Amino acid sequence: MKILVTAKRVTDPDAKIRVKPDGTGIETAGLEYKLNPFCENAVEAAVSLVEQNGGEVVAVTIGDDSATINLRTALAMGAERGIHVKASDTELDSDLTARILAKVYEDEKPDLFILGKQAVDGDSNQVGQLVAEYLGLPQACFASKMELNGDRLQVTREVDGGLETLDLSLPAVVTADLRLNEPRLPTLPNVLKAKRKPVDVKTPADMGVDTTLKVVTVAYEAPKERAGGIKVKTVEELVDKLRNEAKVI
Amino acid sequence: MGDILVIAETYEGKLRKVTLSSIAFAKELAAKAGVGYGIAVLGKDVGDVAAEVAGFGAKAVYTVDDPALENYVAGTWAGAVAGLAEQVGADFVAATTSTFGRDLLPRVAARLNAGMVSDVMSVEGDAGDLKFKRPMWAGNVIGTVKVTTPKAVFSVRGTEFDPATPGDGASPIQAAQVTVADDGKVRYAGFAATVSERPDLTEASVVVAGGRGLKDKAGFDGIMNPLADLFGAAIGATRAVVDAGIAPNDLQVGQTGKVVAPDLYIAVALSGAIQHLAGMKNSKVIVAINKDEEAPVFSVADYGLVADAFKAVPEFIELVKKG
Ligand SMILES: Cc1cc2nc3c(=O)[nH]c(=O)nc-3n(C[C@H](O)[C@H](O)[C@H](O)COP(=O)(O)OP(=O)(O)OC[C@H]3O[C@@H](n4cnc5c(N)ncnc54)[C@H](O)[C@@H]3O)c2cc1C
Ligand SMILES: Nc1ncnc2c1ncn2[C@@H]1O[C@H](COP(=O)(O)O)[C@@H](O)[C@H]1O
Repeated sequence: MKILVTAKRVTDPDAKIRVKPDGTGIETAGLEYKLNPFCENAVEAAVSLVEQNGGEVVAVTIGDDSATINLRTALAMGAERGIHVKASDTELDSDLTARILAKVYEDEKPDLFILGKQAVDGDSNQVGQLVAEYLGLPQACFASKMELNGDRLQVTREVDGGLETLDLSLPAVVTADLRLNEPRLPTLPNVLKAKRKPVDVKTPADMGVDTTLKVVTVAYEAPKERAGGIKVKTVEELVDKLRNEAKVI
Repeated sequence: MGDILVIAETYEGKLRKVTLSSIAFAKELAAKAGVGYGIAVLGKDVGDVAAEVAGFGAKAVYTVDDPALENYVAGTWAGAVAGLAEQVGADFVAATTSTFGRDLLPRVAARLNAGMVSDVMSVEGDAGDLKFKRPMWAGNVIGTVKVTTPKAVFSVRGTEFDPATPGDGASPIQAAQVTVADDGKVRYAGFAATVSERPDLTEASVVVAGGRGLKDKAGFDGIMNPLADLFGAAIGATRAVVDAGIAPNDLQVGQTGKVVAPDLYIAVALSGAIQHLAGMKNSKVIVAINKDEEAPVFSVADYGLVADAFKAVPEFIELVKKG
């Protein structure tokens, strides 16, 4: 089977992000970038499905020149080839991202398209669902388990209140949650091999995608900081403060 | 400009309280944009829920009652919601950020050719110039966004809008004639509910959350259950605890789990990673108990106690019980 997966470049998920004083964006000096953790889960799921069932994994990223690095990570994890659509984050919104990915899907015609549930920079949690609607495909978002049974896919989803199971016909769109798997670390030989794997570079214009944005971020600011609290020395003091100062118990 | 349509969220045939935050959002947006709002109830046998939401002063409550909507399936529901929005002249569609809202709304946006704003925290401006604030980068950045399309879809951050209260007059209930098309590509194959007698995380006024410092299931349950019992609290957990299978997935609080803002949040033996803080740092009073005085959770705690949770929590419970 042929599986399309995403490889979005994001700021280090554990970095404390700061806003530029003029509110036009975030401070990028000294920031590290990584493959979006949810994309790691998506790539792992795709690669292991193909290891079991045969086929090919194609990884796609939309990003500026430096996103190549993260696309290569997906190739080092086992994707066969890459597609790099050049556009910087400020030129994108979820909808345009989805329309570009839908176009890639139409060119590639995979059996399955696995994305991450969310990009940990924008935190939108929209793209997979948008792609599914644009393509008229069934979706299973926030997947924590996936099983291929012949030409159908059983997916367990993490939803409020429990775990839901869906049975989908293929082709389908799945978005990965963190518990779907434990992403492999690329081995050194695979990192080297990935350097030679083919990457097709294009632009949204080449693809004939309308680049009008539907949502624009016009300002960035830091959230209100919490006023500093205190350390109490004993359990007695804690109970006293909660009772007589905060009055919450 | 057309109206706003709020999608009611239900669970086992009952209204989920999170819906009330979207109603509050819709009231605010309606006032600012100078439009009206309606509430949509979709599903099978939705009469009771429709009657329940008819007391909030919405222009109308629209029902789409169809056996094909018995179980929620994104594609089928998105078609029904978008069809209803078009039929009733709604340019805006909103629901609360929950796994239901997250799953459904982008598909509705794609159908309506609308821009979508995820996790709206506030509305600013007026009809000619509406702006919305939303969290990005695990809540370390607040973005102000504008939608450029005539139609827009919103998921609403529940903790930022106080639940609407009924009493603004009765709304007429109208059964809408919307085509519900199930393309048959998805078969709903079951639901394993997390069984709990405790309040819902997003609704509880006290949340007690435990982390990896509690070691295993016995440690977690042994400390967290009595603490939760003490306050009739909901239990939350970190990703580390959920990943280890110690607590069910829907107890995860954080950037990629649930966002809560109770009156009291007691964080026990959890470090306070950026991703966890994203889900709880707007709680009114935060208590942290951690044996490491450098733990980042202390930076958001009103009251921090450096102590071994296995000792401190039982003592705390004893003392509170003594009164
Ligand atoms: C993409 C992504 C998304 C994520 N989303 C989330 C999310 O939504 N929610 C979330 O919670 N995490 C999330 N995480 C994980 C997060 O980064 C942390 O790894 C996680 O929150 C740590 O959990 P913890 O605090 O339980 O464990 P640890 O960080 O291991 O902390 C354990 C703490 O317990 C203390 N301790 C140990 N023993 C005791 C004792 N006896 N008494 C008192 N204290 C003790 C230690 O001092 C330590 O501070 C995400 C990570 C990624 C990469
Ligand atoms: N620029 C991008 N390139 C590739 N995939 C992306 C990009 N942006 C978003 N995605 C995919 O869409 C998912 C959801 O993103 P979002 O809706 O932005 O939170 C991510 O986890 C990725 O799988």
